[in-house]
Amino acid sequence: MMPRPRLAQGLRSLRLVPRLPSSCIAQQQARCNSRLSAAPRLAIPGCSPRLTTSRDSSLSLRFQPRLFSTSSALSHGHVDPPKPGEELYVTFIDKEGLEHKLAVSKGDNLLDIAQAHDLEMEGACGGSCACSTCHVIVTDEEFFDKIPAADDDENDMLDLAFGLTETSRLGCQVVMTPELDGLRVKLPSMTRNLQESDFK
Amino acid sequence: MAFVARARPRAVCARWQRTLRASPSQCTTSRCASSSSSSSSPLSASEHPFRIAVIGSGPAGFYTAYRAMSKIGGAKVDMYEALPVPFGLVRFGVAPDHPEVKKCQEKFDEVASSPDFTFIGNVSVGRPNKHAEGSTVPLGSILRHYNAVVFAYGASMDKTLGVPGEAALKGVYSAREFVGWYNGLPEHADLAPDLTQGDEAVVVGQGNVAMDVARMLLEDVDVLGRSDIAAHALDALSRSKVKKVHVVGRRGPMQAAFTIKEVRELMRLSDVAFHPVDRTLIPEDIKKLPRAQRRLMEILVKESGGGAPPPDAPPSKSWSLDFCLTPKEFRARHDDASRVGSTVFERTTLSAAFDPAAWALGTGEMVEVPSSLVFKSIGYKSAPLPEFADIGVPFDDRRGVISNDGQGRVWHEERTQEATMSFGHFPGLYCAGWVKRGPTGVIASTMEDAFATADAIAKDFASGASFLCPQQAASGWEGVRSETGIGSAQVVTWADWRRIDGAEKERGRPVGKEREKFTKTADMLAVLR
Repeated sequence: MMPRPRLAQGLRSLRLVPRLPSSCIAQQQARCNSRLSAAPRLAIPGCSPRLTTSRDSSLSLRFQPRLFSTSSALSHGHVDPPKPGEELYVTFIDKEGLEHKLAVSKGDNLLDIAQAHDLEMEGACGGSCACSTCHVIVTDEEFFDKIPAADDDENDMLDLAFGLTETSRLGCQVVMTPELDGLRVKLPSMTRNLQESDFK
Repeated sequence: MAFVARARPRAVCARWQRTLRASPSQCTTSRCASSSSSSSSPLSASEHPFRIAVIGSGPAGFYTAYRAMSKIGGAKVDMYEALPVPFGLVRFGVAPDHPEVKKCQEKFDEVASSPDFTFIGNVSVGRPNKHAEGSTVPLGSILRHYNAVVFAYGASMDKTLGVPGEAALKGVYSAREFVGWYNGLPEHADLAPDLTQGDEAVVVGQGNVAMDVARMLLEDVDVLGRSDIAAHALDALSRSKVKKVHVVGRRGPMQAAFTIKEVRELMRLSDVAFHPVDRTLIPEDIKKLPRAQRRLMEILVKESGGGAPPPDAPPSKSWSLDFCLTPKEFRARHDDASRVGSTVFERTTLSAAFDPAAWALGTGEMVEVPSSLVFKSIGYKSAPLPEFADIGVPFDDRRGVISNDGQGRVWHEERTQEATMSFGHFPGLYCAGWVKRGPTGVIASTMEDAFATADAIAKDFASGASFLCPQQAASGWEGVRSETGIGSAQVVTWADWRRIDGAEKERGRPVGKEREKFTKTADMLAVLR
């Protein structure tokens, strides 16, 4: 299995498709870039249409800026905007390293918050602690210790999570309280580098 | 070598063209080359959307569709499913007592509600549909009408043990058949396993499917009766005489494939005892193990030392994890030569008891375990589509997957008598899920790998890579339909599925179940008439 990619790369120029003149590639590149609003990265979420992920809104294409933001909770999703003066703050650090500082209400869990703000977090089991798709990493140990300890069921799921750390939790099980005001969590990178063992 | 290097692509090209013979246009130029030659203005996504065919409607197909639609502006996804109903193993594999795991269906429904998504149910691709009412389209037809094709058709075959009695004796089932049976998969709805022949059952294999099978055999039928288990399975399980289930593995607990959630569920079943595990196969100092292993070993040790059951109410059923046994023969009953009565195992020894990668060596010592029922749970297997060889899609028979770059890009390969030549990625062909990485992992792993595939498509799209045909030449399902002559009456749309879904829920209501599945394709389709 392993030698094949190398051979393939070596033979890349043998592909059926005629090699394009570089001007054509540049043209193509320009076209793609214009489609993505000259985004420096592929499909930066703020610039390309995204499917909304909130569970109770119907699927629609939305254009929403998603760079560093300090915003109140949006109206859709399972969370209500915090009452003035009662805001709690939580910061999500997404897979691109961008920080999203959000004002949220007491009682909201991190999965609902992330989905209401269109952060890239799945909740495949709908927040019932039966998968590990809402895995978050608490960046500050002090905050981690303030969160009520995970029970067996949550730990069982975390055991299966990619990129598990000492301060990992499931987003659906972390409920915002005044003690957690200022919490910072990182979304683990989804892309697991393929190991050689994957090919055995 | 230089000569070969120049000559081979033409050979591929010729063969590739044969497959595409019926094509209305030349489909071997890149999207980039054609767009720059036809017009200087960019393609309009709405007029000429990027069209993706997804083969299979399980979690791999849906998560790939979802991600691709969100990353490629205006992309249209057509999803082909051989059955009239969607969701693959979420519907037919996930155990009925795991409704929370099936919640991902809500997300899939959301994806399917997009105007950019078309469900083409009851239509098999490349392989004759297994049910009489279903249609089939050749893979070649799909390749002519899409820019990209994602194979997400999963693993629908079984690995086999190759030991005497495996195929001939009644009472020996593959776990895949049994799971399909209790989940109402039409293909196995008539399995009718006789669960009344004795009180000991053997499950060969120690993955999570083995755990599911054990749990279904041991769980209180009143609990199962509230799930979406097929009615025929509930009926048979309520008459089951099985009291003891052996879950048997070749290797030890440190090498076992089951995960802790499934073990804990079995430990929590009421009226079911657990027979202690062989402690010598678990390291003395569990605390030093990596987290996941440590927790798994802890629960096995803890539950093994559970003490004597209360004398007033000893559990009526039990299960065990039997390690270091490899099946050698299934033997018939003494009173019925056609039916399994016992399983002969050879005891094994491990190359290193505590090494997760240890291998098992036979010792020559045989052990006979009474078994009125045997479930082989040694793994699922994917199969290549018949047209793969012709078009140069390599299939790794040993691993049972489509050969790919790990990100889901399918390799292009040409076999001659002299050599196998690889030509890099097959433009426009991708794979996801079990047919990409093998039949293991939970939904979260399939989601991750489907996202990786969709990201690869999006990356190729953005970099101007070549696809199956120029973007404006892809006509999608319309093109396939007019070419194959499949009538709309033969196709199950998403709206049709919702009607079947509604009818199943309706049927479930009087019996207190979330749904009562139709287990015959004819009954599913009858809802639509």
